[in-house]
Amino acid sequence: MSLGIDWARAWILRSADVIAENRTTLTTLDREIGDGDHGENMDRGFAAVRAKVDGLADDAVPGDALKIVATTLISTVGGAAGPLYGTAYLKAAGAVAGQTELDGAALVSLLTAARDGIVLRGKAEVGDKTMIDAWTPAVDAAAAALAEGRSEPEILAAAAEGAARGSESTDALVAHKGRASYLGERAVGHRDPGSVSTVLLLQAAADVAADAS
Amino acid sequence: MFTSPTPDPILAATIAVDSGAGVLHIVKNYTGDVLNFETAAELAEAEGIQVRSVVTDDDVAVKDSLYTAGRRGVAGTVLVEKIAGASAQRGDDLETVAAIATRVNSQVRSMGVALTPCVVPHAGEPSFTLAEDEIEIGIGIHGEPGRERILLEPADQIVDRLLTPILDDLPFASGDRVLLFVNGMGGTPLVELYIVFRHAAEVLKAAGIDVTRSLVGNFVTSLEMQGASISVLKLDDEMVELWDAPVQTAALRWGR
Repeated sequence: MSLGIDWARAWILRSADVIAENRTTLTTLDREIGDGDHGENMDRGFAAVRAKVDGLADDAVPGDALKIVATTLISTVGGAAGPLYGTAYLKAAGAVAGQTELDGAALVSLLTAARDGIVLRGKAEVGDKTMIDAWTPAVDAAAAALAEGRSEPEILAAAAEGAARGSESTDALVAHKGRASYLGERAVGHRDPGSVSTVLLLQAAADVAADAS
Repeated sequence: MFTSPTPDPILAATIAVDSGAGVLHIVKNYTGDVLNFETAAELAEAEGIQVRSVVTDDDVAVKDSLYTAGRRGVAGTVLVEKIAGASAQRGDDLETVAAIATRVNSQVRSMGVALTPCVVPHAGEPSFTLAEDEIEIGIGIHGEPGRERILLEPADQIVDRLLTPILDDLPFASGDRVLLFVNGMGGTPLVELYIVFRHAAEVLKAAGIDVTRSLVGNFVTSLEMQGASISVLKLDDEMVELWDAPVQTAALRWGR
């Protein structure tokens, strides 16, 4: 099965739900090694996205929906997460522009473009204790699942599992980017909040694809 | 609170203040601020407004290396703003104003201490926890914790702890003329800031450094946090002239 606008819309709405449900968790993680606003900012952004998605045209394609997420997050989230996630969705939208149905290859290029956009803006690498520690294993796992001939829901599930493993790996790391980098060794033992929001968003993508299949 | 603005209000402010000569963005070095100001500058350029950006990074508590986001921009930014502002006021062009802002940033060093954390209203909890007898050395300006937590000690010793890394870093030397700036974090009374100032001025004098200008008060604050930061700026003649130039803002007012 390929995934179209209904999946994209459902993914975005589910994302808004899980971000709202985990708002306190994200903010608490951020307070420990950052400035304590990640949950608040992401929830404000996705609440604005939710309102905009209803206005999508009937003939909209997944790329259109992702572009709305991008511009809305850039103008409502603030902090580092706004430009980083905004760029991710913008590049993801570009990677699948014009396509009405996304197959496994399209999903992998969507995820790859999103990750590359974050790297372009934030200049982080794997091991820096940022959301890239979740994104890169997610992209790798999705690409591996595609190569194994897995279905679209399975590819997204693999991405979510890869992100979760990567996010857990940030516990042991010293941060090299962002506000947590000011803490040196004191950041060890804490999970990167941006990697946790990445897991939530990718898990939402997998869950709505599984529900639809 | 403390979250960097999104590009939209930055762009709106840029458009509002542009008189045709371009706009200087003075951005404290925090990842979110830098990213959002970059985006806003690109949008402003697309609107035909020339933008230059100077990123301030005066905080010596943070190691400047490839392995961090770089030094934070903290209270020294006020000195950059005042002096660059006076440069713009006298009619210097954008490149000149940006060059002066860059020069001031390169000559100022700061470090701060917190006696209490602050409570960000939407979080409703302290940004970090300190026991009654603990203080946090090397804090930022958004309630974030510092590099080191130590037991409470006399004010003069705390001043030494902040001032030594500042003086070693530039480094400042005998014969230098400086502006000494003691900044409150919001919850410390002015009388206590002058206790900090008193000993900082003594240490500088003993090192042969002339406190040519000074500023004491709450300027770059973290809500109700109790604490202070010290900034030292190595002055040249042009900086003194621009510092002394009349200013009428909410925070700084002198001259006509």
